[in-house]
Amino acid sequence: MKKNLKVIGKPIPKHDARSRITGEAVYGHDIVLPHMLHGVILRTEHPSAIIESIDVSAAKKLPGVVCVITADDVDVNNISYKRDHPILKKNEVNCIRDEIAAVAAETKEIARQALKLIKVKYKIRKGIYDPHEALKKDAPQINKFIGGKFSNKNIAETFHYEHGNLAEEKKKSAVTITRRFTLPRVTHACMATSNITAHYTKTDKKLLLYSSTQVPFLYQRDMAHALKMNPSDIRIIQPVIGGGFGSKLDMYPFEPICALLSIKTGRPVQILYSREEEFIASPTRQPMIIDLTVGADAKGNFTFREINIIKDNGAYTSWGATTPFVIMQAFSSLYKIPACCFDAMAVYTNNVFAGSFRGYGNPQATFALERMIDLLADELGMGKAEIRLLNANEKGEVTGQGLHYETCGHKECLETVIAKSHFKKKKSPEKSGRYKRGIGLASMLHVGGGAKIYRSDGCGTTVKIDPYGFCTVITGSTEIGQGSETVLAMMAAEELGIDLNKIKIINTDTDVKPWDVGVHASRTSFVAGNSLLGAIKILKEKLNKKAAQLLNTNDSYFDYENGNIYLQNTNGGEPANAKKNSVLKKNSEIPDSSFVKLDKVVREMHFGEPNELAIASYFYEPSSKFQDKTFKGNVSGTYAFASQSIEVEVDTYTGNVKVLDIYVAQDVGKVLNPLLLDGQIEGGILQGVGYALSEELLVKEGRILNPNFHNYKMLTAADIPNIHFYPVETNDKQGPYGAKGVGEAPLIPTAAAIANAVCNALAIELLDLPVTPEKILKALAEKEKLKKQTV
Amino acid sequence: MRERMKKVKSVQYPQHEISFILNGKKVSCKTKGSAVLLDVIRDVFELKGTKPGCHEGECGACTVLVDNVPVNSCLFLAVNADGKNILTVEGLLHADGTLDPVQESLVQNGAVQCGFCSSGMAMSLKALVHQYENAHPVAGEIKKGIPSRDEIKKHLEGNLCRCTGYVKILDAAEKLFLNNE
Repeated sequence: MKKNLKVIGKPIPKHDARSRITGEAVYGHDIVLPHMLHGVILRTEHPSAIIESIDVSAAKKLPGVVCVITADDVDVNNISYKRDHPILKKNEVNCIRDEIAAVAAETKEIARQALKLIKVKYKIRKGIYDPHEALKKDAPQINKFIGGKFSNKNIAETFHYEHGNLAEEKKKSAVTITRRFTLPRVTHACMATSNITAHYTKTDKKLLLYSSTQVPFLYQRDMAHALKMNPSDIRIIQPVIGGGFGSKLDMYPFEPICALLSIKTGRPVQILYSREEEFIASPTRQPMIIDLTVGADAKGNFTFREINIIKDNGAYTSWGATTPFVIMQAFSSLYKIPACCFDAMAVYTNNVFAGSFRGYGNPQATFALERMIDLLADELGMGKAEIRLLNANEKGEVTGQGLHYETCGHKECLETVIAKSHFKKKKSPEKSGRYKRGIGLASMLHVGGGAKIYRSDGCGTTVKIDPYGFCTVITGSTEIGQGSETVLAMMAAEELGIDLNKIKIINTDTDVKPWDVGVHASRTSFVAGNSLLGAIKILKEKLNKKAAQLLNTNDSYFDYENGNIYLQNTNGGEPANAKKNSVLKKNSEIPDSSFVKLDKVVREMHFGEPNELAIASYFYEPSSKFQDKTFKGNVSGTYAFASQSIEVEVDTYTGNVKVLDIYVAQDVGKVLNPLLLDGQIEGGILQGVGYALSEELLVKEGRILNPNFHNYKMLTAADIPNIHFYPVETNDKQGPYGAKGVGEAPLIPTAAAIANAVCNALAIELLDLPVTPEKILKALAEKEKLKKQTV
Repeated sequence: MRERMKKVKSVQYPQHEISFILNGKKVSCKTKGSAVLLDVIRDVFELKGTKPGCHEGECGACTVLVDNVPVNSCLFLAVNADGKNILTVEGLLHADGTLDPVQESLVQNGAVQCGFCSSGMAMSLKALVHQYENAHPVAGEIKKGIPSRDEIKKHLEGNLCRCTGYVKILDAAEKLFLNNE
């Protein structure tokens, strides 16, 4: 790998930004196909009911309606990784999202009109909306499609993990604290709502899907299973995706429904969610109740953590149920912890189900964990910075769960934000006045080199150079706005020594691109980047051979720059770099024997014997391990760390919290593109601030009460704090140029640090999110009451 | 099939003939009274750059300029566009393919991620530029100098973005005005 980087590390704007800001980019909403129909879905009116009858006859008769389907009209398999989710519901409904029928019509208006003509008779049941209620012995079984595996009929999934000697560590503990934390439902609120366009062609029985999925190859397989088709007869094309954040990691019923409408009609069909439908029917972050007990010895060394988590699974299972994969990592391995015992269970209810959301359970875990560290520090009379520094992770550490920290910026991150935010000076807030300031700390650990949760965590790349010196990178990875196309193009430009505008990225078609797990787990720069570098290495071996032939040399060391291939000076004379610089300045003076143009080499490969293509493919598989049944093993190629120190001001009259300054240091391995990196940090942090203070999908008896932007409070430009970002470079040798994954990390510790800051400002104890003015005023009132009682 | 298509056409709404300037060109179309400008722009004139984010005036993704004033085109009745001058994100692009300074600043400062809010952001910023250029006073208000960061924040409050955390968008706006100065 090159040492003097010319492209990597530069603040290069996103190469697809121009098409996105001019209206040229085609998103799912912008697709119009000839003869296309518009699909809409009839959802249940009640979260829990028996369906006595469905009458679609009037809808079918409406002029312009082409097709109406219910469960009786289709032959399909259940979806979700548990296969517990019917695409169209029959006999009963269990969740306010439940799909009962679907219509395809000539226009959206007609399709919507048709929905109103479908008559469904319900026998309303009393639903179960509290997982603890669902666990009671006399509770009815909510999901009828799984069973037998667990002790209780309403358990969807369980996880158990442990390391160390819990009993012994409890004995060593000078303090032990137990608390219950409650985490809310929040939703991705991607700016583009969910969308799909399906095009089934009857002549060849092939299905083409324009889908915003983040995991096209897993999606292809899931779709094939749902529709009882051959996966290879399904082609996925990803239009420009208007936000992901994990929401598009699973396949949901509307997608096979759209395919079914197209299969039935033989015409393209498009389904676009309304914003209300997006709030109601797209997945959420996993809500959970965390019972946590922690201990520390008299010096402040952490001794043990005991965790019991109940997750509201909703009526069906999606990836939310599997968030303990990540949650247990935070508990087992963030800070040094000798013993850990972790149990989590997902329980069916008649609520909406949760999917994956940036951080994948980690913001919830980190909130509980980092709040608890503040409580421990208070109990021990220690500083909140000191206790964290004392227990921080270190390079070379192998955690109880088997994570190898070959590089680790945890301590450096902590020290950086503590110093930059003047944490130690600010930690004792003013005692009087209406406005009170406080400061809070939190750290996080997340996978930084993919996550081997499937047997392969790999990504394939094909790279080719055309006879004109342009490079096409065909990558398995997916662009969801994060900038992966730009980072990959930068790597190709760096390695091949050609201009960025000569690099083309092809990444949207399963019939063309090589296999990849998908865009999740902050893995794309790391995994797709390494895959691209692997492919380029193979390609260069071919190019080098031809270049050597053209330059009449036996040497095999070449430099790629300015669209040329230069013979490296390996005779121990002047350093190669010095020579290169002189080459750059005075190209014309260099004798022909020292370099050859890249495009010429490619042409000679094509047209001269033995006639071959300038093309290479590579499949990169990270060195990580698929965890054993006890969830132990080095699940990621590398690990990312971050710390945040956040200062807030609380209005004690209104309970309003104003976030003033956020100091964030993150171990990113190596900065590949500071502009894009900033974008990930700032965007993630603001999602974290929303999670901390304002966002909550309010659910009452299974119904969503605030399915719109007016009542679901996403932050605006006017709400943003000052963000001070300090990248920490640990240069991990596993990463491309030393880089680690960065995408999810920025939002993970934010809510914890804000809650810690508010508690610091007001000397109250907050255990739930979001930290609303109501909760603050209530806590202040209780504190006042307690004070009066003691006086 | 032909039978069915005929029936579709038989669904009749009262139609209104409207004419307006769209990105510098005079256009006209027939529209029903309840149609909103967003749908006319996207479906009749097939300009897909104006994005449908919520259809209820909350997210700002569909922002267009009507006589230089930013409006949520999802709430603006198409019939009210009659005789007006409408500018969409497509109209910002110069004929030679170069970007409007607003767009260029958003691109250069890393303010575009998924991009679904970006057209609306660009149009809102364009409106702010108009306010400060003095050439197009909005409701009699002519502003001098350059806007403060707080003023830009306030101006963009109606445009939601889920990717960027707004920082780069504000940077882009600030630099745009500094460069114009």
